Amino acid sequence: MEKVDIGKKILHENEKYAFENIMFLAEHKKSCLNMISSPGSGKTTILTRTIDELKGRLRIGVIEGDIQTDLDAERIRATGAPVVLINTEGACHLSAAQISNALKNLPIEDLDLILIENVGNLVCPSAFELGESGKIVVLSVAEGDDKPAKYPSIFAKSKLLLINKIDLLDGGHVDFDIERAKADARRLNKAIEIFPISAKTGEGMNNWYDRLEEWAKNPGL
Amino acid sequence: MHEMMVAQSLMAIISDEAAKHAAKPVAAKISCGTLNPINDEAFRFAFEAIARDTPYEDLRFQIEHKPTRALCGICEAEFEVEFSRPACPCGSENFKLLPDAPLILEEIDFQTD
Repeated sequence: MEKVDIGKKILHENEKYAFENIMFLAEHKKSCLNMISSPGSGKTTILTRTIDELKGRLRIGVIEGDIQTDLDAERIRATGAPVVLINTEGACHLSAAQISNALKNLPIEDLDLILIENVGNLVCPSAFELGESGKIVVLSVAEGDDKPAKYPSIFAKSKLLLINKIDLLDGGHVDFDIERAKADARRLNKAIEIFPISAKTGEGMNNWYDRLEEWAKNPGL
Repeated sequence: MHEMMVAQSLMAIISDEAAKHAAKPVAAKISCGTLNPINDEAFRFAFEAIARDTPYEDLRFQIEHKPTRALCGICEAEFEVEFSRPACPCGSENFKLLPDAPLILEEIDFQTD
């Protein structure tokens, strides 16, 4: 038996495409944010409200990842924003090769910002770099305040945490200690920005919109 | 189940290496970080499924999980992070995570006869 040192990154193919995407975005001077969350955290509602309320301020294009259906893509399309749907046929994450293809199918020069809605999953998408400018993790209060502690990977890697559905906190419909969730996320990631929002009522959304505008102007931020 | 994609990527690298060395791989060692983990059982299941009826169906795997390390903001020591209770041994919860180990194919054992 002969032992041979290999030392190769197993996901090097994905990284190759991720690098291609970084170059493509830099060349076109565009920001591209990768939104990751559990199913049902409200990503699509955040997107549709954001696109509607930023009309005239920011031209947003969407890459919509879904396992099987075009239900979410239809909701985005109804806003009038350009959208490219990626059906992963059962796969639990988007890959950089899929994003490379999708970017070429968006009218990139007519956009200020590209938002990726990843497949609803708090685990797998965090392992696949897409060449994005940053990851946004969405956590809804109905999921519980222990999620940053239980799923450290995505909270450690994200630039921004949106705590959604804060309207449910009024009236004590859910037990969610927002300070605990923030503290656990910041323990893993000192630089993470945290915006509590309700995509349903609009509460807190202005902070998010201002941040998106900054990103659109300066992809490096 | 991102282990299926990991298994497919790994299979491609292993068959390249087998061709390069003109030998049959019998065992392989892979490693991953705590924040870029794979589930051992899901991975073995996925590899078995795609390697069936190929020269690699009996390949044995050793999977090493590397701990994530962090730098303490108070005592400045480097330490292994225990995610169920993330803190420096000095008691500080003020730390910076160091980059996690990526998924690596470390080595392959080839049959020599």
